[in-house]
Amino acid sequence: MITIPYLTAVSTYFSYGLLFAFGQLRDYSRLLFDWWRTNNLQGYAPICLAHEDFYIRRLYHRIQDCFGRPISSAPDAWVDVVERVSNDNNKTLKRTTKTSRCLNLGSYNYLGFGSFDEYCTPRVIESLKKFSASTCSSRVDAGTTSVHAELEECVAKYVGQPAAIVCGMGYATNSAIIPVLIGKGGLIISDSLNHTSIVNGARGSGATIRVFQHNTPSHLEKVLKEQIAEGQPRTHRPWKKIIVVVEGIYSMEGEICHLPEIVSICKKYKAYVYLDEAHSIGAIGKTGRGVCELLGVDTADIDIMMGTFTKSFGSCGGYIAGSKDLIQYLKHHCPAHLYATSISTPSAQQIISAIQVILGEDGSNRGAQKLARIRENSNFFRAELQKMGFEVLGDNDSPVMPIMLYNPAKIPAFSRECLRENLAVVVVGFPATPLLLARARICISASHSREDLIKALQVISKAGDLTGIKYFPAAPKKQDEEKYGIKLD
Amino acid sequence: MASNLVEMFNACLLWVTMILEDPSARVVLFGFPIRGHYFLEALLGVVIVILLSQKSFKPPKRPLTEQEIDELCEEWVPEPLIPPITEDMRHEPPVLESAAGPHTTVNGKDVVNFASANFLGLIGHEKLLESCTSALEKYGVGSCGPRGFYGTIDVHLDCEARISKFLGTPDSILYSYGLSTMFSTIPCFCKKGDIIVADEGVHWGIQNGLQLSRSTIVYFKHNDMESLRSTLEKIMTKYKRSKNLRRYIVAEGVYQNSGQIAPLDEIVKLKEKYRFRVILDESNSFGVLGCSGRGLAEHHGVPIEKIDVVTAAMGHALATEGGFCTGNARIIDYQRLSSSGYVFSASLPPYLASAAITAIDVIDQNPDMLVKLKQNIALLWKGLSDIKGMSLTSNPESPIVFLKLEKSSGSAKEDLLLLEKMADLALKEDSVLVVSSKRSFLDKCRLPVGIKLYVSAGHSESDLLIASESLKRLASELLKS
Repeated sequence: MITIPYLTAVSTYFSYGLLFAFGQLRDYSRLLFDWWRTNNLQGYAPICLAHEDFYIRRLYHRIQDCFGRPISSAPDAWVDVVERVSNDNNKTLKRTTKTSRCLNLGSYNYLGFGSFDEYCTPRVIESLKKFSASTCSSRVDAGTTSVHAELEECVAKYVGQPAAIVCGMGYATNSAIIPVLIGKGGLIISDSLNHTSIVNGARGSGATIRVFQHNTPSHLEKVLKEQIAEGQPRTHRPWKKIIVVVEGIYSMEGEICHLPEIVSICKKYKAYVYLDEAHSIGAIGKTGRGVCELLGVDTADIDIMMGTFTKSFGSCGGYIAGSKDLIQYLKHHCPAHLYATSISTPSAQQIISAIQVILGEDGSNRGAQKLARIRENSNFFRAELQKMGFEVLGDNDSPVMPIMLYNPAKIPAFSRECLRENLAVVVVGFPATPLLLARARICISASHSREDLIKALQVISKAGDLTGIKYFPAAPKKQDEEKYGIKLD
Repeated sequence: MASNLVEMFNACLLWVTMILEDPSARVVLFGFPIRGHYFLEALLGVVIVILLSQKSFKPPKRPLTEQEIDELCEEWVPEPLIPPITEDMRHEPPVLESAAGPHTTVNGKDVVNFASANFLGLIGHEKLLESCTSALEKYGVGSCGPRGFYGTIDVHLDCEARISKFLGTPDSILYSYGLSTMFSTIPCFCKKGDIIVADEGVHWGIQNGLQLSRSTIVYFKHNDMESLRSTLEKIMTKYKRSKNLRRYIVAEGVYQNSGQIAPLDEIVKLKEKYRFRVILDESNSFGVLGCSGRGLAEHHGVPIEKIDVVTAAMGHALATEGGFCTGNARIIDYQRLSSSGYVFSASLPPYLASAAITAIDVIDQNPDMLVKLKQNIALLWKGLSDIKGMSLTSNPESPIVFLKLEKSSGSAKEDLLLLEKMADLALKEDSVLVVSSKRSFLDKCRLPVGIKLYVSAGHSESDLLIASESLKRLASELLKS
């Protein structure tokens, strides 16, 4: 849990209050100066009321240049960020033709498959020439090619479940699968920091939703006991079924889920477990099989395993893995399978080739090297950042590390300072995170070399000094320790 | 007699007063002589105070004890995660072994493909393959991030600009999945309390968007303008007072579930009369209708500015994946921050965006593909006009040719099984791949089910002939009764 220092909380509230006050002032003066200008709505209701996009107009637009930066090369370790200029105080940004080569610490490229790969890309181009970019048809009509069938088998074997089904987009996988599995009369218990796609899928299903404290198995047990004893709201009938939804790595915290305890609680209370491994599949575990391998949980205990291919496999799409009957049922009823265009065949081939490289089936040990390198890189980077005095969240081995910023002014300051030194970082504020807890999020990749990381550390340290985000005392330097050692001798 | 009673009464009263007065006849407190009746009043006061201070009776609260909770948890038995699998759920779709063009290979055999929405025959076009290959070599496959965090590649911005130029709108926004375009756009603009009037035959993506928006939804009869008019009239009289109530009409250009074409000119007239905004899904009409492929607006001669929001999935005429939304700059800007499918999801792989740009260039330079498509549709209609047991219900100009069963067996499930059998036999015996309607239990659409054929500009006359002969034969065999 993040405990914000008292003084920082006060200054953050004050900053937001100031921004809010200035924004309101500007809105009032606009009303005053524009009251005689007739609006051209002609009787239509306004699409967006003033207070609905207040945050976008008055707060977000000021720092708009820190987000949505276009790149003109592959999202590899080094990337060409396109420079943008604004003539109207950041309200609109125009692309220029200048680019700057920056070290990329923002893309989800955990194993380095995000650019041209010597094994995968030739096979992808071959499959493109054979099957073309799209099948223009849903999976049940004419969208299933031999590559799709091979992909589903391959994914099921890799993840450790009997069968799998693949969908063209990770977000749509959650939104389309959860309503099929549970409906009115069921209960979904989800972690408080779950991703929007899970929240949307749960809302679309019509089941009752309850939330348990982030990553706290004891609170989950308390909620389960209460809910089973109470039954459905108002009628008190027993629940039809209960599904507990957790994620492998939480993308905004970098924390790994306490899976063994959660699975044992769910087994005791007969609830079903739905694990969303969007960030953890391919990135953690000895052979990259995700959080189950890392924490030693048997995959047969988890009823539904979901994941995406965007992060570690350098492609697009999502999958669901489970028992053969479950997958057969989903293939017959899931709307994404029946109505949506199937995943593009070259992307499917990329996933198959990436899995083959990871497992070493391509004849080299590049996969094992990549997995070892990402673990080393993440642990080294995290340790160094903590030594410098930054407040870094997340567990060891996780390639996602958020650095706390807190104040709203530090968000653009940190981002722009890093860009000036050719380092591309991602900063996140409200509404993706709680209001007070803005942060910069670093994503380490296996294609970063040690020199890249050392350079990044220097730049971050400099930017951190300038913006004052080293909230913890820095660890004493090694030379002092040696000096004391010599004295004792 | 009466006087006696009165006398007795008076004597009693005097006697009672004397008794009350007697004990305190000589008490003087603080200068006031205490009268006897004060004692009575004091007694009454004490009784009132005692009554008020009593708590009212409440049945005692008994929360469940720990042991009872544990017992309930032990006894509770959940339903199985999925219902038991029946035979019809084990049906396997055909597996293609080559590109899904007008001809494809299934199980080693060459079949004629009417199941891909490849309306202009762009699957396998060399220009598209070339641009995809160069994009793959430069950018790799995936974009590794959402649009806000270094997932915006310059091909995405070029693609958005190209689409806007082609359609003549100020701005567009690109989504990474066709189905998610509609269910992200609608909740962005429609919130709780707004009113949406939607056609009852819209596809699942739109239905999911309507449900997620939590607005009031009113359906009108499929493609029936009279029903739309009366619905709008009813709504306007009911909700006359709110000025800030947002009102939308949602329709599709060519309906996925029935092949009908929406009469846009009448919809626009109604929209202007009642001050509604129109959200139009042009997945199956973009690149197909209109003399240069600019969609429904060109087909009906309506200026594109009159339609507020146009969305389309690119997995149909453009032969790539993903979707886009286009409209005026304010609408598109707002979506870049509030549309959940855009903000919280990875962006479209760059090679698909460059394929889209090339596809639009090809359509711009070769408008004769559209003429060929129209000719093919007309030929197929001629071939299927005398089919027995089924009738053509789609619009004669729509690229989706829809055959519905004339006599339904009463249960949707039976009909679906029969149509599936028909499609399987068409593939096995005549090597023709057609689509039988599929309905998920989540789908609220109640339109009649049938066989769909997606006509492509790449089909030859003999292909169309084979398909119509095969369907006529199977219809007369299977639908005898």
